[in-house]
Amino acid sequence: MDTKDIVDSLSSNELKILPHLEEKDIVNICKKSNLDKTSVLRALEYLKDKGLIDLVYEKTKIVDLGTNGILHQKNGLPERRLLNLINEKRIINFQEAQKQSKLSDEEFKISIGTLKRKNIVDIKNQNLVLSNSGGFGASKKTDEELFLDSLPINLDSIPKEQINVFRDLQRRKDIVKIKEETEVKIKIKDLGKKILNLKIDHESLIEQVTPEMIQNEKLWKGKKFRKYNIQAPLPEISGGKRHFVNQAIDYAKKIWVEMGFQEMRGDIINSSFWVFDSLFTAQDHPVREMQDTFFISKKSELPDKKLVDSVKMAHEQGISGSKGWRYQWDSEEAKKTVLRTHTTCISAKKLYELSKLPIQQRKGKFFSLDKNFRNETVDWKHGFEFYQSEGIVVDENVNLRHLLGYLREFYKRMGFEKIRFLPTYYPYTEPSVQIRAWHPERKIWFELGGAGIFRPEIAVPLLGKNIPILAWGQGFDRIIMDYYQIKDLRELYKNDLEQLRKTKFWMKS
Amino acid sequence: MANIKLNKKQFEKEIGKLDEKMQEKISLFGTPIGAITDEEVELEVFPNRPDLLSYYGFKRAFLAYLGKKTGLKKYKVNSPKKDYTVRIDSSVKDVRPFTACAIVSGLKLTSEGIKDMIDLQERLHATIGRKRKKMAIGIYPLEEIKLPITYMAFEPDKIKFMPLGAEKEMSGLEILEKHPVGKEYAPLLSGKSKFPIFIDSQKNILSMPPVINSALTGRVTEKTTSVFVECSGFDFESLKKCLNIIVTSLAEMGGEIYQMELEYDKSKKQITPDLSTTKEKISLENTNKLIGIKIDERSLKNLLEKMGYEYSKGFVEVPAWRTDILHEVDLIEDVAVAYGYDNLIPEIPEVATNGEEQRSEVIKRKIAEILVGTNMLETSNYHLTNQKTQFILMGFKEKSQPDCIKIESSKTDYNILRTDLSHYALKVLSENLDKEYPQRLFEIGKVFTSKSKSEEEHLAISISPGNFTELKQTLDYLFKMLNLNIEVKEPDKVPLHFIKGRVGEIILKVKDERNKEKSKPIGFVGEIHPEILKNWKIRMPVALLEINLEEIFEEVQ
Repeated sequence: MDTKDIVDSLSSNELKILPHLEEKDIVNICKKSNLDKTSVLRALEYLKDKGLIDLVYEKTKIVDLGTNGILHQKNGLPERRLLNLINEKRIINFQEAQKQSKLSDEEFKISIGTLKRKNIVDIKNQNLVLSNSGGFGASKKTDEELFLDSLPINLDSIPKEQINVFRDLQRRKDIVKIKEETEVKIKIKDLGKKILNLKIDHESLIEQVTPEMIQNEKLWKGKKFRKYNIQAPLPEISGGKRHFVNQAIDYAKKIWVEMGFQEMRGDIINSSFWVFDSLFTAQDHPVREMQDTFFISKKSELPDKKLVDSVKMAHEQGISGSKGWRYQWDSEEAKKTVLRTHTTCISAKKLYELSKLPIQQRKGKFFSLDKNFRNETVDWKHGFEFYQSEGIVVDENVNLRHLLGYLREFYKRMGFEKIRFLPTYYPYTEPSVQIRAWHPERKIWFELGGAGIFRPEIAVPLLGKNIPILAWGQGFDRIIMDYYQIKDLRELYKNDLEQLRKTKFWMKS
Repeated sequence: MANIKLNKKQFEKEIGKLDEKMQEKISLFGTPIGAITDEEVELEVFPNRPDLLSYYGFKRAFLAYLGKKTGLKKYKVNSPKKDYTVRIDSSVKDVRPFTACAIVSGLKLTSEGIKDMIDLQERLHATIGRKRKKMAIGIYPLEEIKLPITYMAFEPDKIKFMPLGAEKEMSGLEILEKHPVGKEYAPLLSGKSKFPIFIDSQKNILSMPPVINSALTGRVTEKTTSVFVECSGFDFESLKKCLNIIVTSLAEMGGEIYQMELEYDKSKKQITPDLSTTKEKISLENTNKLIGIKIDERSLKNLLEKMGYEYSKGFVEVPAWRTDILHEVDLIEDVAVAYGYDNLIPEIPEVATNGEEQRSEVIKRKIAEILVGTNMLETSNYHLTNQKTQFILMGFKEKSQPDCIKIESSKTDYNILRTDLSHYALKVLSENLDKEYPQRLFEIGKVFTSKSKSEEEHLAISISPGNFTELKQTLDYLFKMLNLNIEVKEPDKVPLHFIKGRVGEIILKVKDERNKEKSKPIGFVGEIHPEILKNWKIRMPVALLEINLEEIFEEVQ
């Protein structure tokens, strides 16, 4: 930019401070330009960006009034208050003096010490009186008072003779304080000097476009709009926003809805019956120990007897051609209340709900995306709450390849192009599948979750019909972490407002 | 889940080179690789396959899968020799009623061989043994034992022997109280008037299951050539399977299997181990239908043989060490594994169905959208919390805290279910004192009460610095957008965290079936009391509201 362009770009505030740049103290610039300090500092920054000046920031220590100091400036120092009292009474005993001066023990002691040391007051038979020279001292300001009057002052520029006064005051409670301040020194550069020498007619430059101006073209015709520095750095703003985890969840839900799935929801608090027994998890399975699962002392009620008996039979001796787990099933164990460890219990309840329909109508595609709980400590890769993306497809004619089809499509839309399926084991599915996705940056196959076809020991008691039920329940937190490049699981629930404000939007659609 | 570690040299010599192709095959067999070093390969074994918990068990199954030694593996089982007998006394009925036993001879044990054997034993304990609760295994040098053996229960203080790891004789009780292994497993025997023991014909105690063996008769060394193996527990069928897994592994190490006679009583004798197969039905049609493939019977036979079975005319012969075949679907999965999950082509069936979100979820999202439009940030907190943050910091006295749902034995200090979102709103504000103001926040989520309908969706909004007027405006705007009528009235009872006189109860106006107007209280809006703000160390004024959304789900049209 040439000089002219620069002049055109100067804002009214910049123009206002321009004539006062040679002032040493910002406070003076404020006074002369009639601007507050923030505006002056900002205008200085802009002038610096435009190459007119250099700014040097120096940290300085400033001595100023402390909390008590401010109070004393109003009411007088304790020794002044005591001196005034003595001056008025001429003679007064100790107790009376403290009572009437309303000084604390400590203040009273210090005040007497100070007045005696200055030879203003004498003690005679437990009474306080003015000393011979006191009459003179009583009316004059003390060194302390003079020093306090001079505040604030730069620590380095305290006059030699006042150093001791300052030290004494510093020992007393909160009368003075030292604060650090940053002082700005302005150095005018050549370009600045050149512009200072120009005659600038800032009346002719238009700042804001005003409603009057639009009505009345005389207000702008023939004048120039001040040129903005459109590259000047600005303070950041932020807007209202969904939590980033919920943005991801909304997206995943949308995928399932688009694929023709109906949403299912259910309670977090459930009986072990729904979380474990109905899903053919033997009662001595380790997941049913307190070590792994959150229990609540209150027992739950079991659903209707026909279903309970059928589940009991599936466990004890098998059902529909199965051998079962061969042990004595205990209804008390099934009544234990837990926080669901997987949303699969919602699928179990949905199947039971379908069993009330006529047999041909017992089909459909359902999903849920919700929270689950496990008794776990919290660190960067563990937590006691986690999301699961759950789904079932209930249909006479579905098979294992269809299961893989739905999963591959879901993960493709979640951004995982390359995935593969491996055999695995769950008590409730057979065949069972583990899904792994290729991570192109980390160059590893990482585990996304499990799936399978519900065992007949589940389908028959719950649905009343032995047909294939494709089922999956996959951890969702890792997908969220991967998308937002979060390394520590705890960050998902940290609610750091700065992080929430700065986290990018979920941009998949 | 258990991991097994295989010697890499041995693997490469006896199975094949561990190149990438081989590693891929191991994964597709259903035993994911944990780690590979120069010496070892670590594999994950799922709990349905305890027969894979030793190198020898894995090798047997994997060589078949690779097509190198397909079909059912046969082992010679010798009939009991003289005195190969275990008498089971009726006294064990109430403690640990069953045992299955065998003898394996002709072993040439190296120190690695002994380690493999003990590792298998421990992995079986940890998995199907449910930490010895369901079953426990003992292996003893036969040279130190005088057959026949008796399995009986005895008074704990009269049981006396020197357990492994001790230097002197201890009683049954002393073992549970003082011996480190005894202490660990004491809960499995505590409260029993008699403890089970294996004892030989010269009254030497071999062990006190499920806790510990004798140091004299219960330690296998490199000199041992024959071993006595027992599994004790509560379900005879699973004990037999467990025994089969151990003796076939020992046979793979070069041993000869001998049966033993188990005298449960005079009339009831059992012979173990029994390695005869079981026959299970499999239908080609069911297999093709469930997996979604089209194979013929010949391929079915081939695939089953790759998984270590025999197949003939609709029936599968299942080896005696497989514990996981409960139903035809278990066999069908093995067919799918042999077919190769990587050979299955994913497909989406072409059936049109209508997808739909739950109404409540749609409304929750709409509410969030409205609030985001007023420049609010959504937060997300745990459902779990603790009494200090939920109650004490919200102004309740230690002794007058309301009811809530408590969690048993939580591993963290989050040990109750939250009863509101408000305390979390203040928690978030208190943890963000150094972040830019104003802070305008909302959260939607479940809260819990010990009432019958224990889970309710709530909404909380907090503004800091904020006052009643500002928040009430937001509230009014929200309900106007939802097209619902509300009224804010003087509350009868003010929640502790608000300033009296600056809090209102929010009433939803609804019409019943007869078009009569009804009032339903759904929450409170107000300014937080400075004392509560001080509890949280919050230095800015806060206006907060919380409402129950359940009624709103009902009313929004």
